[in-house]
Amino acid sequence: MYTQAMDTMGKEGGDLKKPLRSAEDLANEERFEARIDAGDFIEAKDWMPEHYRKTLVRQISQHAHSEIVGMLPEGNWISRAPTLKRKAILLAKVQDEAGHGLYLYAAAETLGTSRDQLFDALHSGKAKYSSIFNYPTLTWADMGVIGWFVDGAAIMNQVPLCRCSYAPYARAMVRICREESFHQRQGFESLLTLMTKGTDSQKAMVQDAVNRWWWPSLMMFGPPDADSPNSEQSMRWGIKRISNDALRQKYLDATVEQAKVLGVTLPDPELRWNEERQAHDFGAIDWTEFWAVVNGDGPCNRERLAARVKAWEDGAWVRDAALAYSRKRDALKEAA
Amino acid sequence: MSPAVTPGTLPGPPAEPTGRAAKTTEWPLWEVFVRSKAGLDHKHCGSLHAADPQMAIQLARDVYTRRQEGTSIWVVRSDQIVASDPGEKAAYFDPMADKVYRHPTFYDLPKSVDHM
Repeated sequence: MYTQAMDTMGKEGGDLKKPLRSAEDLANEERFEARIDAGDFIEAKDWMPEHYRKTLVRQISQHAHSEIVGMLPEGNWISRAPTLKRKAILLAKVQDEAGHGLYLYAAAETLGTSRDQLFDALHSGKAKYSSIFNYPTLTWADMGVIGWFVDGAAIMNQVPLCRCSYAPYARAMVRICREESFHQRQGFESLLTLMTKGTDSQKAMVQDAVNRWWWPSLMMFGPPDADSPNSEQSMRWGIKRISNDALRQKYLDATVEQAKVLGVTLPDPELRWNEERQAHDFGAIDWTEFWAVVNGDGPCNRERLAARVKAWEDGAWVRDAALAYSRKRDALKEAA
Repeated sequence: MSPAVTPGTLPGPPAEPTGRAAKTTEWPLWEVFVRSKAGLDHKHCGSLHAADPQMAIQLARDVYTRRQEGTSIWVVRSDQIVASDPGEKAAYFDPMADKVYRHPTFYDLPKSVDHM
């Protein structure tokens, strides 16, 4: 699963103001830029510009939140999976998402923000996560389509991040990409089973899920390049490697072919091959919907956040008890 | 040369996360090392929060070895790791750059004995 490059740094304000810098800072900055130009990886304790640090904390934590919130739409179907095999697969996938969230939180923490601070930001609604998880999972076919579309888009987005200039993030992405390839494949295979062996109503269920998830999946790549004024800086720093629109196009071209194999149609009357561009043209994306969902007004935003907050609060006594137990044992050991 | 060493500087975040009171309710951070198979070294693979050593091992198994990536796990409290100072990287490691005679390839030998 993946968070989208929402590029809201400018809108959040304040972050871009450059304070007066000392000669030492300027020298550090020059050395840092030279390392970036040379394709060096930056490690946690290396000097880095404050804006680089903030951009990374924001991006990595959004990504982590997305993995964690991303468990909710799928968790809904664990107890409703049609067979034991599908249930085991879905459980493994949701467990992976939890693991991916943890890798990413750990990467964000290396930048000096604590786990609790990261959680606070999510639970207070201050932090963003991928808009895709604010849509409901209405039928079993949604599980397959999420694997095919959403994880497919995630992989497309994440592969270039394995070469991110910030090494702890890049290392987490390598691990995630390696684990995630089964996510997309299991989704497609599950849909293929429905389409080749299923009843008419099961096939219709797949088409319905495709229709509902197609546009939100395209939105996962974030706003168009023209509306991403800070992308350039992220590209320059090697935090981002490929632009939102370029990734979206690549994803779309790949998915159109997969849809043919599956035997479903994509809900876009303007979708057609453009010989000149050697790419598919497609209809306009509803960015009003995208921003509404990002800013809290999607179909499930409140439900998702409430579920997260409840899980965190309900678990508080467990965390406290574990810590108290550990401290008590340490004290006993010292006394002995 | 100064012992370019600062406790707890690598690889994790600060032992006491910035901006937090000392009396934290956050579980401590642990670094996880996994031996992928018998005969190989334990290798650092990431970190996690856990209340105590047993929990750290168990969580490490769940988080880092879901696909048989390991046969043995070490965990160590991040604040117990002593690391070289990244700021002194050059002073500390560069002197080794001009000691090429420490490598076998430095020595030119006749072809008939070059496998030595």
